[in-house]
Amino acid sequence: MSQKPFSFVRKEMLDERSAPISSQGPLYWMHQNLLSSIPNALLTLFGIFVIYQILSAIIPFALLNAVWEGSDREACIANGAAHGACWAYVKAYFPQFVYGRYPDDQIWRVNIVFIVGALGLIPALIPSIPFKRANVLFMLLVFPVMTFILLTGGNLSFEDHILGFIIGFAIILGLGALITYATQGKMKPVLLTLSAIGVGIAIIYAVMSIDFGLEPVETANWGGFLVTLVIAITGIVASLPLGIVLALGRRSQMPVVRLVSIIFIEFWRGVPLITVLFMSSVVLPLFLPEGVNFDKLLRALIGVALFSAAYMAEVVRGGLQAIPKGQYEGADALGLTFWQSTGLIIMPQALKLVIPGIVNTFIGLFKDTTLVLIIGLFDLLGQVQSSFTDPTWSTPVTSHTGYLFAAMTFWIFCFGMSRYSIFMENRLHTGHKR
Amino acid sequence: MAAKPQQTAERSSAKGSIFNDPKVRGIIYQLLLVAGLVYFFWSIVQNASHNLEKQNIASGFGFLGNTAGFLPNQTLIDLSATSTYGQALLAGLLNTLLIAVIGIFLATIVGFVMGVARLSNNWVISKLATMYIEIVRNIPLLLQLFFWYFAVLRSLPHPKQSSSIFDTFFLNNRGLYMPRPVFEDGSGSILLALVIAIVASIGISIWAKRRQMATGQRFPAFLTSLGLIIILPFLAYLVSGMPVSYDYAQLKGFNFKGGMKVIPEFVGLLLALTIYTGAFIAEIVRAGILAVNHGQTEAAHALGLRNGPTLRLVIIPQAMRVIIPPLTSQYLNLTKNSSLAVAIAYPDIVSVGGTVLNQTGQAIEVIAVWMIVYLSISLLTSILMNWYNRSIALVER
Repeated sequence: MSQKPFSFVRKEMLDERSAPISSQGPLYWMHQNLLSSIPNALLTLFGIFVIYQILSAIIPFALLNAVWEGSDREACIANGAAHGACWAYVKAYFPQFVYGRYPDDQIWRVNIVFIVGALGLIPALIPSIPFKRANVLFMLLVFPVMTFILLTGGNLSFEDHILGFIIGFAIILGLGALITYATQGKMKPVLLTLSAIGVGIAIIYAVMSIDFGLEPVETANWGGFLVTLVIAITGIVASLPLGIVLALGRRSQMPVVRLVSIIFIEFWRGVPLITVLFMSSVVLPLFLPEGVNFDKLLRALIGVALFSAAYMAEVVRGGLQAIPKGQYEGADALGLTFWQSTGLIIMPQALKLVIPGIVNTFIGLFKDTTLVLIIGLFDLLGQVQSSFTDPTWSTPVTSHTGYLFAAMTFWIFCFGMSRYSIFMENRLHTGHKR
Repeated sequence: MAAKPQQTAERSSAKGSIFNDPKVRGIIYQLLLVAGLVYFFWSIVQNASHNLEKQNIASGFGFLGNTAGFLPNQTLIDLSATSTYGQALLAGLLNTLLIAVIGIFLATIVGFVMGVARLSNNWVISKLATMYIEIVRNIPLLLQLFFWYFAVLRSLPHPKQSSSIFDTFFLNNRGLYMPRPVFEDGSGSILLALVIAIVASIGISIWAKRRQMATGQRFPAFLTSLGLIIILPFLAYLVSGMPVSYDYAQLKGFNFKGGMKVIPEFVGLLLALTIYTGAFIAEIVRAGILAVNHGQTEAAHALGLRNGPTLRLVIIPQAMRVIIPPLTSQYLNLTKNSSLAVAIAYPDIVSVGGTVLNQTGQAIEVIAVWMIVYLSISLLTSILMNWYNRSIALVER
C-alpha cells in the first residue's frame, strides 16, 4: 500500500465565528422574550398597553403637571382645577411629617438622635466593618438612653426610688447567693453577673435622673416619621430578647414552660394588631394599680412589643431548629451547662441564621406602625391624614399628593430593608449552597 | 474495677444536693413560673375590679342583651331599631366573614396569576408582575386602604354624574349599584337544575378520575362541569317561562333607588385586601413553582406536553405541597387585616365592637369578644387547611 501524501493539513485552527444573527443580539432577544408565538406577542402588546396606561396616569400627575412652589392652595389650583400633584404642600408640611408637633426650637434634639442613630446603624449593618461588638453594645445600651433623654428631656427624678432600688437589689443579690450556695454552684460568676446588672441599671437610672436642663417635651407632641421610627425600633429591640426567651421556652423540656410559651405565642399571633392596640390603650390602664399611669405612646409600645415578640419567637425558633443536633450534643459532651451551651454555641449560630427573618419581621412591624393612628397617635401616615383638614392647602389633589408622598417614603425604607435582607441571606448561605 | 461505681456513688452523695438533679430543678422552676403567673393575673384581676368599681361599670356580658342605639350600615341579618348589642356584634362578625371569604377568593386568583406571570418567559409580563409585587408589598396596607377609599372611591362623582356601564351598573361616591335579581314563582326549578348540575359535575369528575386511573384516558371533566352548571339552569330558566326579572337601580332625585347597593367601604376594603394579599400570595406561588425540580418540566416536555398542561398537570400539583402552609398563614393574615375596616368605618366586628365599647364602656368584654372571634377563626382555618394539606401531601411508604 502506497501512502498518498495528504493534499492539505490544517496547521492552525480558524478563529471562532460569531453566532448567526438569528441566535444573538437584540433581535434574537426580542424574538425569544417578547414575540416567540402569537399569544406571546399579544401578551407583550397587552403588557405594553398596561404600562402605558400606568405611566400616562402617573408621570403627568407627579411630574409634568405638578406644582413645586407656592405658599397656599391657590398655587396648586390653576384655572380653577388641579391637574398635578401639589408638591408645594408637601414642602410646607415636611417638618410636620418628620417631627410632628415637636417644638421648633427643640428640633435639634431629634436631629442629633437621627444622626447618631444613622452613624451607629450603618457600620453595624455592613459586615466588613470591624468592632461589631462595641458597635452593637453602643446601639443597644448607650443609644436608647441617649435617645430617651434627648427626646423626652430626661430628668425623671428617680432619686426618691433609689433607696427602694438598693434594698430590692440587695434582696435579689442575697437570694442569688443563697441559691448558688444551695445548689453548690460557683458563687463568684453568679454574683458578678448579678451585680453587673444591678450597677448597670443603677447607672442608667442615675443618668436618666440628671437634670441636663433640657426642656421636657411630652410624647403627645411627638409625631410624624419620628413616632414611626420610635415605635418600630423600640418594638423590634424589645421583642428580640423576649422572643429569644419565648423560643427557648417553646423548645423547653419542662411542660409548664412549654405550654405557657405556646399559649403566649399563639395568642398574640392569632389576633390582629388593632385589637392589641385597642387593648393597650383602653384595657391596660384598668389593669394597673391606682395612681400608676402610663403615657399613651408607652402603652402602644408595650402592645407592639408583646405582639412582635410572638412573631420574633417563631423566627428565632426557626433558627434554633436549623442548628444540627450535633452542635447540641457537642456542647453537652464538653460539659457545658444549658445556659453556657445556649449562649456560646447555639444562639450565636441561630441568630446569625435568622438575620433575614428578623429584618423581615422589622419590615412588617415598620408597616404596621401606621395602625397607631387608629388609637390617636400621629405617625407619618396619621400626620399626613390629619394635614388634609387644613383649609390652607385643601385642594382636590391634596390627598393624592399626601398619599403618594407617604407611599414613596414607606416604599423606599421597606424596599431598602428587603434588599438588605436578601443581601444578608446570600451572604449567610454561602456555606450551605451546593 | 469494682471500686469505680462505688466511687461515683460516693461523689454523687458528697455533691448530692437535690438541687443538682435536673428534674428537681425543672419542677422548682416551673413552680416559680406558675406562682409568678398566678400572682400576675391575680393582681390584674384585683386592679381591674377595683378600677371598674370606681368607674361604676358592671362587668359581665349582660350588656349584650341591651338595645343598641345604632345600626351597622351593612347587615346580612335583619336588624331593627330595637336590636341588641349582641345582634349588632353578630352582624359585624358576619361582615368580617363576608369580606374575608370574598377577599381570600379574589386574592388567591390575583396571587396565582401574578406569581405565574412573574415567572413568564415574556419579559414585559414578568417585569410588570415584579413591579406590582415589589411596589404593593412595601407599602403599608392602611395607606393603600386610605388611598382606595378616600382618594379613589370617595372622590368619585356624585350620583347625578355617576359613571355607568350599559345603564345597569352605576359607580358613584355613594357606592356601587347593581341590578338585583327578583325571583318570581317557578324560579324554584332553576335552583333545582343548579343543584342537579352540581351533583352531576361531582359525579362526572369522580368518574373521570377513576377512568383515568384505570385506562389512562383523560376526560375534560372541568369543562363539562362548567357547561352543565351554566346550561342546565339556563334551560330551566327558559322552560319555566323566564321567571326572573331584574330590579334596576334608577336615579330618583339626588340618589339611586332600587337595585343592589354595595357600600364604598366594602369595595375599598376588598380592593386593598385583595391587592395587598395578592402580592404576598404571588411570591409564595413563585417560590412554590421554583421549588419544583426543573427536571420535572423537562420530563413533561419530553413526554410531549405543552407549556400549559405541564404547568397544570405536573408543576402546580407538586408546587401545592410547598405553597399550602404559607398560603394558610396569608389567608389568616387577610382575615386579621380585615380588622383595618375600623379605619374607614366598614362595619366589621372590630368597628361595631368599637362603637359598642364607646357606648357601654365595657372595654374588657368587647376586647374579649374580639379575641375569641379571631382566635376561633384562626383555629378553624388552620384545621381546614391542615386537613387539605394532608390530603394532597406526598404519600410515602
